[in-house]
Amino acid sequence: MNKIIEKVNLSERVVKMVLEAPIIAQKRKAGQFIVLKIDEKGERIPLTIVDSDAQKGTITIIFQIVGKTTAQLDGLKIGDSLQDILGPLGNPTEIENYGRVVCIGGGVGIGVVYPLAVALKKAGNRVISILGARTKDLLILEKEMRASSDTMIITTDDGSYGVHGFVSSVFQVGMLDQNIKVDRVYAIGPVPMMKAVCDITKPHGIKTIVSLNSIMVDGTGMCGACRVAVAGKTKFACVDGPEFDGHEVDFKLLADRLKMYCDPEREAYEKHKCGCDGN
Amino acid sequence: MKNISVGAMETKETKEKKEKVPRQKMPEQDPQKRVRNFEEVPIGYSTETAIIEATRCIQCKKPSCVGGCPVDVRIPEFIKDIAEGRFIEAAWKLKETNGLPAVCGRVCPQEDQCEKVCVLGKKGEPVAIGRLERFAADYERNAGKISIPPSVKSNGKKIVVAGAGPAGLTIAGDLVKLGYDVTIFEALHKAGGVLVYGIPEFRLPKAIVEAEVEYLRKLGVKIETNFVIGRTKTIDELFAEGFNAVFIGVGAGAPVFMNIPGENLMGIYSANEYLTRSNLMKAYLFPEYDTPIVRGKRVAVVGGGNVAMDSVRTALRLGAERAMIIYRRTEVEMPARKEEVHHAEEEGVEFLMLHNPVEYIGNEAGWVTGMKCIKMELGEPDESGRRSPVPIKDSEFVIDVDTIVVAVGTMANPIVPATTAGLEINKKGYIVTKDESGLTSREGIYAGGDIVTGSATVILAMGAGRKAANAIHEYLSKK
Repeated sequence: MNKIIEKVNLSERVVKMVLEAPIIAQKRKAGQFIVLKIDEKGERIPLTIVDSDAQKGTITIIFQIVGKTTAQLDGLKIGDSLQDILGPLGNPTEIENYGRVVCIGGGVGIGVVYPLAVALKKAGNRVISILGARTKDLLILEKEMRASSDTMIITTDDGSYGVHGFVSSVFQVGMLDQNIKVDRVYAIGPVPMMKAVCDITKPHGIKTIVSLNSIMVDGTGMCGACRVAVAGKTKFACVDGPEFDGHEVDFKLLADRLKMYCDPEREAYEKHKCGCDGN
Repeated sequence: MKNISVGAMETKETKEKKEKVPRQKMPEQDPQKRVRNFEEVPIGYSTETAIIEATRCIQCKKPSCVGGCPVDVRIPEFIKDIAEGRFIEAAWKLKETNGLPAVCGRVCPQEDQCEKVCVLGKKGEPVAIGRLERFAADYERNAGKISIPPSVKSNGKKIVVAGAGPAGLTIAGDLVKLGYDVTIFEALHKAGGVLVYGIPEFRLPKAIVEAEVEYLRKLGVKIETNFVIGRTKTIDELFAEGFNAVFIGVGAGAPVFMNIPGENLMGIYSANEYLTRSNLMKAYLFPEYDTPIVRGKRVAVVGGGNVAMDSVRTALRLGAERAMIIYRRTEVEMPARKEEVHHAEEEGVEFLMLHNPVEYIGNEAGWVTGMKCIKMELGEPDESGRRSPVPIKDSEFVIDVDTIVVAVGTMANPIVPATTAGLEINKKGYIVTKDESGLTSREGIYAGGDIVTGSATVILAMGAGRKAANAIHEYLSKK
């Protein structure tokens, strides 16, 4: 059982939660994730560890309310407990002083790129962050990201805040077109965003790391639900990743496989919203 | 054919008198009915039937059946207890050497072990040892008279057991009874390993596994779920915390795919995923339970082992109209238990023998719609002694499918070896042990079950757990 210590709504659909998980809090490194299960009948879902406090024995997760499980999670209060948390899972991010790195985060993906930015900054990199959201109210972790960045640019799809446009075009126009040398890029967010960034860094030969949010069940390499194609080979995001060289990822396959349970998920979410499953 | 041979046997046996009682059948749920539910298929012996079957045992002075059992169950003794109506005592006798009798009575391949060497089997049919084992264990559980042996004085030595599957549960039970402080670390949220994620409810009800795990807890075994050895903590960190010895029984829990085109299309599962969703996560009860599963109408399962049979019978219960086994050899070479194949046949599974998939075809949205198969013929025997399948040129054709389950085996999960310095593995990734004791290349670390042998059976893993328990006891007694 893992108690909820803190819960903050970062936007209408995005929630930050601090959970009691002492061993994970001590062990986790940037880039790793947990699998959680709310109760006996719950499903197992993977979520990135955004932050941790080894002293207090807590970890932080950020999730977007997209279906039944995340809606149910949002319905829990401080002091409630989750039945199961497993972790830390996945390979930690390879952190070195690469020079000038660009951390690009889109939507709730900013929560995933945040611990990387922190670790990269700490390792001595010059960190340039480009954050994107659909609209101003959906932008998360602005203050935290700014604290770990040397430069930060914000974009919104609707122009309600920062630059009007997409992170990929800002990156193209603001950096590549200006011939600013970039040693490494981290791009984490919706599949089309990650693909767009990889498409523009590839001709420049800039190593681009993406973190893949595949559907998982066990999260330890046992089931193969999370398989992705990287450089034409099947890999498991849970144990071989979650980070891969974005230039080698088959994004079409990733996007397809993320839709595998759309219909049943919609059914479960509708049922949850109308409260007829007893919750 | 069957009737004639049985008749012939009967006339012969009236002369011999020794074995005129036939092997007692176990009642089963009707195939038409069971194919749409997840309840257990065989219903179990009544007390009357159990006694009749038990009296068939001739109580050999030197019983060969015991030697056929990887954990040396005292077979004639527990059967005698049943024959004389001491059912609870029979269960206790079983538990002296086998911590999981209700499980083994259901899933052991007795036909290849104890029953294979039963003397009665030479002239007629062997004693139904497995069914009797199940009967005694069920009787005890249903009577609510589970006996807990008096707790043993702790010897102060701490043992790590990695993995709560059949090997881990067995060694934990053995060592706790010797006074060790045993903690099982399990990656999933429930203990049982393949017994909970792999074997379906209709073959092994989960309540039975839970009862057997609960029994171990009562013996004093600690079970930490949601704990991946190597990730949550490494073996060396646990040694540093004061543990004295380690047993690795993490199974061969990584799925094998065939690396053919289209294998990552939606609707294509590894058997591990398909069964884990259905069994561990109870996806067959979606949306009451939150985990979804594709309920295919035309399901093809690739493979011929027990896992393939479990998968194809699960597909039927999830509503498949056509459920097929695609196997590259013939019925003769199929590794699945005869009983499982028979059950699958009764339930309407189609067997496409001498077929092998070469490609999966998908639609624009990325869902599988077809399976291109090639026909095979049998050639020369390979290293396993089975005749190897050879593709027949230009025999490819496409079968319409909407769901595929790949059940062609498993391989070693790399997490434990990758995070344990000095642990020797072979080129397939399995842990190398020095001998039957399970000792690895590192002092104090033992291993057993599928992570050493590759995919095998529940009882062989239990046997490995038993041997490692003895070896660890010997090792720590000298220290």
